[in-house]
Amino acid sequence: MELTERALWTLIHGMGFGGLYLLACSGALVGLYQLTATPTSPESTHGYERFVRLYLITMVVLAWAAVLSGTYAVYPWYRAVPPPGTVDLSMFPQRLLMSSPATIGWHSVGMEWKEHVGWFAPISITMVAFVFIRYGRDLRNHRQLRSAVLAFGLASLVAAGIAGVFGAETDEYAPVRGGHTIQFIQEETK
Amino acid sequence: MSAPYNAVAPDTPPVTNGSGAAAIFSAGVGCFVLAFLAILGDKSALVKGSLVFYKPTGPLSGVSTVAVLMWLFTWGILDWRWRKKMVAARRICAIALALLALSLILTFPPVADLF
Repeated sequence: MELTERALWTLIHGMGFGGLYLLACSGALVGLYQLTATPTSPESTHGYERFVRLYLITMVVLAWAAVLSGTYAVYPWYRAVPPPGTVDLSMFPQRLLMSSPATIGWHSVGMEWKEHVGWFAPISITMVAFVFIRYGRDLRNHRQLRSAVLAFGLASLVAAGIAGVFGAETDEYAPVRGGHTIQFIQEETK
Repeated sequence: MSAPYNAVAPDTPPVTNGSGAAAIFSAGVGCFVLAFLAILGDKSALVKGSLVFYKPTGPLSGVSTVAVLMWLFTWGILDWRWRKKMVAARRICAIALALLALSLILTFPPVADLF
């Protein structure tokens, strides 16, 4: 069982940072709503508030790790330009997608949208975490701020979802491959 | 009898909304700058070339770097100005959400191609 170095980075970017971020998003929205919009006693929520702060900080780290690894590690391999006369485009995902009318949309719509919209997630969640850490449960006394924070949190989920779906589908049609081969398990042939 | 949950202790100053409004507004600005630069880079070869900060990543490196710097700069300035103030949060949040919605729409390639 082996994996190329580029495929491993794609997994870390998409399934690791991006996937964990998406999983965490709905939990963050529920936590924020519970703490800032529903009536609860301070005794029952003090520890929970601290938990949500740590949860949001983890999400900020995941979001930035996802966009930075995507933009500066995986994307250059995706958009690599083949030398003139190259027939086998399997190592050049963007050109492979653009070579067929059946797949060009995954680049011209999917990747073009993903590469920009994905950046809204870290910007939004950093703001959400800052405002929550700054105001805590007092956010319930600032209705406009609370609504905006929840809306940005939701937008961050949508942005990460768009980036995740198009990233996964693009990799399905034109996977990022190459680099050193990493062997995990070696079995003898029977 | 315990104090109501939302009560503010007499010696605690009320928390102003300026700092939160600054963070929210600047996040909207950051997203919009990113969407605007993405379109501008797509339409102008000159802008596209000037946005290549890191060649392997292409113009995306400049688009994202400039947007993040603009976001942080706006945030810093507004937080410094609004931190101790009560500001018109309703209007500021509405503008920030409009910028965010516009950014989501503008980055959608079929919409961006209309310009």
